[in-house]
Amino acid sequence: MPTLLTTPVSEAQIRALKVGEAVEITGTLFTGRDAVHKYLAKGGALPPAVNLRDGIIYHCGPVVIKDDAGRWKVVAAGPTTSAREEPYQGDILRRFGVRGVIGKGGMGARTLAACQEVGAVYLHAIGGAAQVLAEHIKSVRGVYFFEEFGSPEAIWEFEVERFPAVVTMDAHGGSLHREVFEASQAELLKRL
Amino acid sequence: MNGLPASLLELIRRTSAEIPDDVQRAILAALEKEKKNTIAEDAFKIIQKNIELAKQKSQPICQDTGSVLFYVDCPPGFDQIGFAETAREAVTLATRKGYLRQNSVDSITGKNDGTNVGPGAPTFHFHQHRAPAVQVRLILKGGGCENVGAQYSLPSEKLHAERDLDGCRKVILDAVLQAQGKGCGPGVLGVCIGGDRATGYELSKTQFLRRLDDRNPIPELDQLEQDILNTANELGIGPMGFGGRTTLLGVKICAANRVPASYFVSISYMCWAYRRMGVTLDAEGRIANWLG
Repeated sequence: MPTLLTTPVSEAQIRALKVGEAVEITGTLFTGRDAVHKYLAKGGALPPAVNLRDGIIYHCGPVVIKDDAGRWKVVAAGPTTSAREEPYQGDILRRFGVRGVIGKGGMGARTLAACQEVGAVYLHAIGGAAQVLAEHIKSVRGVYFFEEFGSPEAIWEFEVERFPAVVTMDAHGGSLHREVFEASQAELLKRL
Repeated sequence: MNGLPASLLELIRRTSAEIPDDVQRAILAALEKEKKNTIAEDAFKIIQKNIELAKQKSQPICQDTGSVLFYVDCPPGFDQIGFAETAREAVTLATRKGYLRQNSVDSITGKNDGTNVGPGAPTFHFHQHRAPAVQVRLILKGGGCENVGAQYSLPSEKLHAERDLDGCRKVILDAVLQAQGKGCGPGVLGVCIGGDRATGYELSKTQFLRRLDDRNPIPELDQLEQDILNTANELGIGPMGFGGRTTLLGVKICAANRVPASYFVSISYMCWAYRRMGVTLDAEGRIANWLG
């Protein structure tokens, strides 16, 4: 059974998570990807309504349209490749007190070290599964930097219910990505 | 060609929301084969559910609706300019309807005007043929898988890859290793051996127009395709790089002549959310039939 996480998430709950564990998240997710990470890393400020403390960032550029009543409707919302945020992620975890990052493909040594230091985890959602994941997004509570960065790069505030992911980097230095890379590299060497 | 705008809009909608049947079969086979009660099996289950949901809701399989690549086979005298104008309008309308994400960014200013139309977007590849039919194929290629494409210049000392098919094998398998996790696996490789830096990549992408269940008519390339597919699937990378039995769903390789000084191997990666559809148009631009 997946472990249920509700935002804001406590440090103790995050530190109890281990690589390979399935989780389901209920509460608030803030999307943030390339433009947001670069902006924040250069010292940019978050809008007052965006509070990342004990929260979770989702590396995602969703498809969102306005319905006939003028309300935002999330049409598709899977994760984007997280590796591009590696230069920034560790600092952002520290500065804003973030407890989790959802994305795909995993991240590198600097992010892993920051996860250990501050008590955070990397949560892997299934890449490309934009419909399954959008079903878990119950509403759009707000959008920030829409004009500046464009729709995919904006910060979207989503209300989510039982959003599924897997812990692939934990707060104890464990990384499934490092394990699988090393094992597959060894297998490949045998076959060259 | 009064029917063309509606036909292109429908082509975009279906390409974004529906997986080709050959890819669907390959994903189901991979799900069957995966070790039970693992996160890899769970990943396949979510992938399969996503495919069903996207089709049922007529919404994008993946939120990254990618680069919009049109491949048009047409007879001499076909109005390519008119086609491209209509296609650009169809792309903008499809974006408004949410079949495509607002996915085209001005590389100088960083602005995204939300139309998906601009320099180089969408992309058209016109090919004349001596037949009356107009065939339009569309590929939507997401950025995650595009980013893990790689071009190797042989020889590669680092990879001990010389200028022969074994050298090609080594660099292609290196690309599989490096792509893990980042391009949404299990994926499909399109490869071109030879050509120049531009044509190599371009031809590697045309391999995605092939069906997964076809076989390469050139024996050496057929053997290389099968070898890389089998070897990659022994590496244990698995879906999304979670570890597992299926790392690739297919490998498609072509060759182009090269100049003596160059030996490029260009590799494009297509994610499991493989978006490829095609239509034959009638004289009015209406859809006469869907291509497999």
